[in-house]
Amino acid sequence: AENEPPWGPPCTQLLVSVATPGCDGFPSLDSKESYKLTVSEGSLLLSADAVWGALRGLETFSQLVGRDENGTYYINETEIVDFPRFPHRGLLLDTSRHYLPLRAILETLDVMAYNKFNVFHWHIVDDPSFPYESFTFPELSKQGAFNAMTHVYTANDVQTVIEYARLRGIRVVAEFDTPGHTLSWGPGAPGLLTPCYLGKGPSGTYGPINPILNSTYQFVSSLFKEVSAVFPDAFLHLGGDEVDFTCWKSNPEIRAFMKEMGFGEDYKTLESFYIQRLLDIVSSLGKGYIVWQEVFDNGVKVRPDTIIHVWKENSTPYMEEMANVTKAGYRALLSAPWYLNRISYGQDWMAAYQVEPLKFKGSPEQKDRVVGGEACMWGEYVDVTNLAPRLW
Amino acid sequence: AEPELLQLQVVIESPEPGCHSYPHLGSSEAYHLTVTEPVAILKADEVWGALRGLETFSQLVHEDDYGSFLVNESEIDDFPRFAHRGILLDTSRHYLPLKSILTNLDAMAFNKFNVLHWHIVDDQSFPYQSIYFPELSDKGAYSYNHIYTPADVHLVIEYARLRGIRVIPEFDTPGHTESWGKGQKDLLTPCYSGEKPTGSFGPVNPILNTTYNFMTKFFKEISSVFPDAYIHLGGDEVNFDCWKSNPEVKKFMKKQGFGVDYAKLESYYIQKILDIVSSYNKRYIVWQEVFDNKAQLKPDTVVQVWMENNYAHELSSVTGAGFTAILAAPWYLDYISYGQDWKKYYSVEPLNFPGSEKQKQLLIGGEACLWGEFVDATNLTPRLWPRASAVGERLWSSRNVTNLQNAYERLTNHRCRML
Repeated sequence: AENEPPWGPPCTQLLVSVATPGCDGFPSLDSKESYKLTVSEGSLLLSADAVWGALRGLETFSQLVGRDENGTYYINETEIVDFPRFPHRGLLLDTSRHYLPLRAILETLDVMAYNKFNVFHWHIVDDPSFPYESFTFPELSKQGAFNAMTHVYTANDVQTVIEYARLRGIRVVAEFDTPGHTLSWGPGAPGLLTPCYLGKGPSGTYGPINPILNSTYQFVSSLFKEVSAVFPDAFLHLGGDEVDFTCWKSNPEIRAFMKEMGFGEDYKTLESFYIQRLLDIVSSLGKGYIVWQEVFDNGVKVRPDTIIHVWKENSTPYMEEMANVTKAGYRALLSAPWYLNRISYGQDWMAAYQVEPLKFKGSPEQKDRVVGGEACMWGEYVDVTNLAPRLW
Repeated sequence: AEPELLQLQVVIESPEPGCHSYPHLGSSEAYHLTVTEPVAILKADEVWGALRGLETFSQLVHEDDYGSFLVNESEIDDFPRFAHRGILLDTSRHYLPLKSILTNLDAMAFNKFNVLHWHIVDDQSFPYQSIYFPELSDKGAYSYNHIYTPADVHLVIEYARLRGIRVIPEFDTPGHTESWGKGQKDLLTPCYSGEKPTGSFGPVNPILNTTYNFMTKFFKEISSVFPDAYIHLGGDEVNFDCWKSNPEVKKFMKKQGFGVDYAKLESYYIQKILDIVSSYNKRYIVWQEVFDNKAQLKPDTVVQVWMENNYAHELSSVTGAGFTAILAAPWYLDYISYGQDWKKYYSVEPLNFPGSEKQKQLLIGGEACLWGEFVDATNLTPRLWPRASAVGERLWSSRNVTNLQNAYERLTNHRCRML
């Protein structure tokens, strides 16, 4: 008839079919996120191998629904077969430079889900503050948080984040960055950081974690034992970036240690000494690890299944680094061109969009080792007042 | 017993305090604040100074760890260095809901800004609902939901007035007027390709009488809707290509003896608009091109310097020619960049240009501009503040208040206060 609306019969149900249940599990690097979405007259069908794919398909479905001038919801006949190109699609938030209240993190997880991100890289502590409330070492946040009452993440908070993320198919990969970026650890863990020297006497300031003391490794063992239990993901991010050697060089005991170990003047060797022991500890706890590129650049011996996180834009062109990392047999994560904290005027989304992660010279096996990338929102100039419009 | 502050007495000395009038360029914003127990006294010539003093007083009060409010014994004698301290908001590139504008007026008051330069219409959209020409917004606004009704405009003006903030509207012509053409046929110049109109339009058509009839009526309305003594008439970035392509315009150029100097045509137009606006007893501000292109300006014209390249030189020229100037060039806050860019805004010294004492006096102030190409209600506040606070201090405080470290400490506190 002439006055009939152009739409077909109304659809009342979207049938979701998941082949392998897994609703109670955690997403992982190997999770299947593929899905098939069929919209035809009288039938809406979303099928996926795993629940994670169903989540992605539901997001797509929600984007397909339109609304006409009369307010009627409609959807076009559609057939979609979809799956991600890269299995690790992450976002880094920094809750040390500025504390981010729980609601800001949860809101970010929602928007991540809208954009099919599946890894929340939680750069939870750093130099400026230690907001992570540790059960084993409560003094760390008591002394190291900006405010031990108001600017901390309790065990409950952490579990809330992990579960909220899980329900959206998002992995939570926690980063406890050492041996550098650890100033806030000092107040709550006396003796952990290296005392810097001015001539013969201590200057009163501190540097990276002290790599020559047994107590250091005891501490690190206990802390990571807790962290490994608290965060269910198979991976931990262990940091390892920007270790400033000045303080180590100034400390006479460290210099003595260097001599004793035959490291000469190469402090990279000392750094590797620490990192290797850390990696062994974390391995023995059953976790895999991601490290910033310096760990690879400085020749540290790492497990073959280590993921190297490429972030530097200045020294070696990052595509060259991607080639080197994958050539050496390691998996790689790309962040270098995606430091979203580095704002600039205009439509800078285009530069981020135009990055081609596999644009380097290498074999197909090398290219396969690129597991994905992460957009990073470092917190020096970011807090809850400007996080959302800066990131999205 | 601990000394207690029981009262803040506000005394306004002038027989015409100004509570029921509008702030203007010559308003007195000076105040004297004495904080002792048990009664503190805030004295000002006019109510505008009292407002500034109240803001200062609110900043002096702080809280201790137990939640008690404290204030130090103080004696403050304060007044602004520059009389024109403005913020430009652009509601054409993106519509800004009323709430956004009002929140911004609050923030301006926290920073002693006293001018809202409302760049209300432009190429992209015409949200101003005109009483005489309703088609302008009917056809030119983004949608019916993206309009400022007369009631909205009154609300902004009154909200601003209560905070001692002048509202100077800008109706930018002859360029930046694409949206005007949607609701006002024959206002804009039809562009030509050879003998044929292309279908696109350029700046306001300066050769038609209908143009000036329209402008006469339009600015009559604007003059009555906006109470401030000044209207900003724009005059920037006029692209001559369309005029050059139009055979009627070319004929007119010949007739007027302008040769091929289209700046002369631009000036011809501007001069007529300036006369129209003058006839309504309004004074005007124009962007620097109007001065640069040698239009004949009334001596009390205010020229706004916005081009960053060599702006000190431009200030010399403008003030050297005897015109009053407002500085915006180093303060385009829409140009975001990574890091503590507030420092570069803070470090600007407006009077750092070659000129006599008399010339320096002609620089009456400046404006922080937040053009709207990449700004809407979702990001306005964090993009503008607290960076604009650096500009606010530069325009209010003495020339020698320049220490960045000290400013940093005060700015971080101030930011937390504003949140």
